[in-house]
Amino acid sequence: MTASSFAQGVYLVAAVLFVLSLAGLSKQESARRGNVLGMIGMGLALAATFVLAVDRSERAPVVTALLIVLVLATGAVVGTVRARRVEMTQMPELIAILHSFVGAAAVLVGINSFLTGQQDAALLEGLGGGGQDAVHLVEVYLGVLIGAVTFTGSVVAFLKLSARIRSAPLQLPGRNLLNLAALLVCAGLMVWFLAAPSLAPLLLMTLVALALGWHLVASIGGGDMPVVVSMLNSYSGWAAAAAGFMLGNDLLVVTGALVGSSGAILSYLMCRAMNRSFVSVILGGFGAEEGTVVAGGDADLGEHREVRAPEVAELLRAARSVVITPGYGMAVAKAQYPVAELVAKLRAGGTQVRFGVHPVAGRLPGHMNVLLAEAKVPYDIVLEMDEINDELAGTDVVLVIGANDTVNPAAAEDPASPIAGMPVLRVWEAGQVVVFKRSMATGYAGVQNPLFFRDNTAMLFGDAKEQVERIVAELVEAGVRA
Amino acid sequence: MTTIGIPREADPGQRLVAATPRTVTRLVALGYDVVVESGAGERATFADEAYAAAGATVADADAVWAADVVAAVDAPADARLDALRPGATLVAMLAPAASPERLERLAARGVTALALDAVPRISRAQSLDVLSTLSNVAGYRAVVEAASEYGAMFAGQVTAAGKTPPATVFVIGAGVAGLAAIGAADSLGAQVRAFDVRPEVGEQIESMGAAFVAAPQAQQQVSADGYASALSEEQERLTAEVYAQETARADVVITTALVRGVAPRTITAEMVAAMRPGSVVVDLAASGGGNCELTVPGERVVTPNGVVVLGWTDLPGRLPQHTSQLFGTNVVHLLQLLTPDEDGTLVLDLDDPVQRGMTVAHGGDVLWPPPPVAVSAVPAAAPAPAGPTPEELARQAADAAAARERRARRRTVGFALAAVLVLLAVSFSPPELLGHLTVFVLAVFVGYYVISNVSHALHTPLMAQTNAISGIILVGALLQVGDSSPVVTVLACVAALVASINIFGGFLVANRMIRMFRKDA
Repeated sequence: MTASSFAQGVYLVAAVLFVLSLAGLSKQESARRGNVLGMIGMGLALAATFVLAVDRSERAPVVTALLIVLVLATGAVVGTVRARRVEMTQMPELIAILHSFVGAAAVLVGINSFLTGQQDAALLEGLGGGGQDAVHLVEVYLGVLIGAVTFTGSVVAFLKLSARIRSAPLQLPGRNLLNLAALLVCAGLMVWFLAAPSLAPLLLMTLVALALGWHLVASIGGGDMPVVVSMLNSYSGWAAAAAGFMLGNDLLVVTGALVGSSGAILSYLMCRAMNRSFVSVILGGFGAEEGTVVAGGDADLGEHREVRAPEVAELLRAARSVVITPGYGMAVAKAQYPVAELVAKLRAGGTQVRFGVHPVAGRLPGHMNVLLAEAKVPYDIVLEMDEINDELAGTDVVLVIGANDTVNPAAAEDPASPIAGMPVLRVWEAGQVVVFKRSMATGYAGVQNPLFFRDNTAMLFGDAKEQVERIVAELVEAGVRA
Repeated sequence: MTTIGIPREADPGQRLVAATPRTVTRLVALGYDVVVESGAGERATFADEAYAAAGATVADADAVWAADVVAAVDAPADARLDALRPGATLVAMLAPAASPERLERLAARGVTALALDAVPRISRAQSLDVLSTLSNVAGYRAVVEAASEYGAMFAGQVTAAGKTPPATVFVIGAGVAGLAAIGAADSLGAQVRAFDVRPEVGEQIESMGAAFVAAPQAQQQVSADGYASALSEEQERLTAEVYAQETARADVVITTALVRGVAPRTITAEMVAAMRPGSVVVDLAASGGGNCELTVPGERVVTPNGVVVLGWTDLPGRLPQHTSQLFGTNVVHLLQLLTPDEDGTLVLDLDDPVQRGMTVAHGGDVLWPPPPVAVSAVPAAAPAPAGPTPEELARQAADAAAARERRARRRTVGFALAAVLVLLAVSFSPPELLGHLTVFVLAVFVGYYVISNVSHALHTPLMAQTNAISGIILVGALLQVGDSSPVVTVLACVAALVASINIFGGFLVANRMIRMFRKDA
């Protein structure tokens, strides 16, 4: 048995473990097991690779082993610290930046693969062989291309999500042409690269691809970030798969394909939830261009009615059933803890409380569920849009906490609205709606929300966290009095 | 600083007050000084001390009537009107249509008069509509009155001593009062049936828990302005039949029909005669003459066959505490509208249809009646509820089927194209690539089917996990670390570093998130 065949065997086991891991993550009950299986698979794969790398090392095995241990230890410490420290509300940013790491690694591995290929080819040439294999060159080229796009794309997504740059879409004139031109340049460089394999066209292409990735995500509005993040997730998978091709490593191919297709499906699900085609999301520009032509913006929607926390507390005390629809605003205000407390209070008082979560609430698919879980809200009262929508009509009070576009009746009623046809939570059918909001500004889609002007809607302005805390305090006080 | 005066209502039967301690707090927050007449809230169980504690000054009548703004429930007596300061503002239910001479008097005095009962029926004015408030309370109280007159329980019971049937309550008119009555009766356990000539309110009736008595011929077409209108002769005959039928089987009848302030006759003496002894009729339209032929406004009448007909006209006043609170909140909303800067300065904007509609006297002129306001009681979103015709349905179905077929065809074509491409790629590729390609394609499909089942809530952990797994690119980097070229080694080390951050970070974060999901213990 050689080290190589041993490693191949372990890789197979690891690949199976990865499949089982993803399968496990499809249900809450088995999610923990799925996570552990993934870790075991990764541990096995790394151990086998360690053995293989030391075995194949072209310099002193001890040096290689030391280098690897050093690098892994550093990575482990940094990664662990980041994972421990991150706030659940910052999860989208963390995931975006992690994607960029995969992209960066893919670029570096690709360039390395080309460099080692050149060395080998030079050796072969001395023996009368000819250059690098064209197929390998194509693999390297594509791997680097995908990696570079993933890298800058993820960096921009990270910057947008962490509000370090404006989340409004970048609107360069002829942006689709720019993208197309970038792709054509890349294709041209590939021809050059294949004809005369050298570092120059490869690095040039890397620069172009980096710019392409930046521009692609920069021109997508913040509202579409959930789709973008899962799309980048998919890209990082394809980048890994491409690396697998160029290195001739089936484990990379399998894993990359798994991640790539899972990310693609998530993006598809997101798009369907927003009733937007994938292409239109990728082409970007949503939320500004169309936002300016919103006809509803001029229409007199009437006046909104404002309430204060004590009144909401009273309303809640009288309600028999309450539905809470959280949105990104809840994450921003970090209101999930007081919300959980409010839910516990109301449930203790015999009120039926449930959550209605829109598929694209937040900046990441499932973002709200994670936040609520963090605050220890039992997951069996957190329902999806389709599960809760028909029951909203029989609900006494709906609390809309930091959500806007996902509860916009215009999507269902106004065919001229830019978000027309997007499935939304029909909160306006409930007896009373209370909207927690900072101000009357529009949501990410830049669309005015007629919900705020309905007769059965009351606005509670201010920081969602403070307001919810105030309501909880009122309820406690009332409980003492009673 | 602008003062708001809250007088004690002159009519000893009027138990309401235009501000409660809680609404006083909000008026003070708007920047006003509030002066409350001593004993103003007494009949609504609000003590003077409570007002003082809320920030009001308690004073005698003269001080209150000398305030810049006087907010009352009923229209004050003429003597009181004359005590108003010229330029003062009076807010009350002034019944402008019924008492034009009062408006003249107010205008002559230079008083700005806002009639709370003349709020235009448009959506954004709802929060100041005291008529809605009063109707709502009246509807609730009507059920309470009926329940106390009715010699049986509303809810049906099955006990060891036998079984009692639930009461049947029939509500006529599904306006605010009717809907409130339906809700109250339903929550007491009665079987509630309700009728309205406007078919579009059927949904509201059902949402409150009552059965909607449908009588298609008797009901009108959807009303354009949200109001019920007078009926044609034929409709009248048919509705009368419905009423006769329903009252005969009801234990309690609550009538709320008011067509623009006038009570149409809905329940005839014969219908009452056909009711069972002990049944109760509550006539909420008694103030407008009564829907029931036997109603005597303000009186309780017992018919020869033992049916009680209640014609109370003071139902909201019988729940003075809450009614005052709601009424006071309407007044607060009005003052919010009139105090755009929340600085205690009253600004009247006669270009605003709501303010214009309520203002009956200003600057010496009588401003009644106001110019008509476009009524939008029903949102425009309710076009022809008639629904699509069968042909339309059939066409839609056909369209959908065609679209499905097109999609299926497109899918087949796409699939075939992909297959051909893969085939080409495979047949032109060297054997070692072949193996990888096979693995790749199969893995894509495995990924597709595994992920399709993921529950929505787990998307974020899933993404963290797949992200960690895609850090497997580390394998490639590690194998390059041992290369003889130092450049390659350095690049590989950097790649391995970022990839390993990714792996550890991704797995741990996924783990953290997954551990948080818990089921209700």
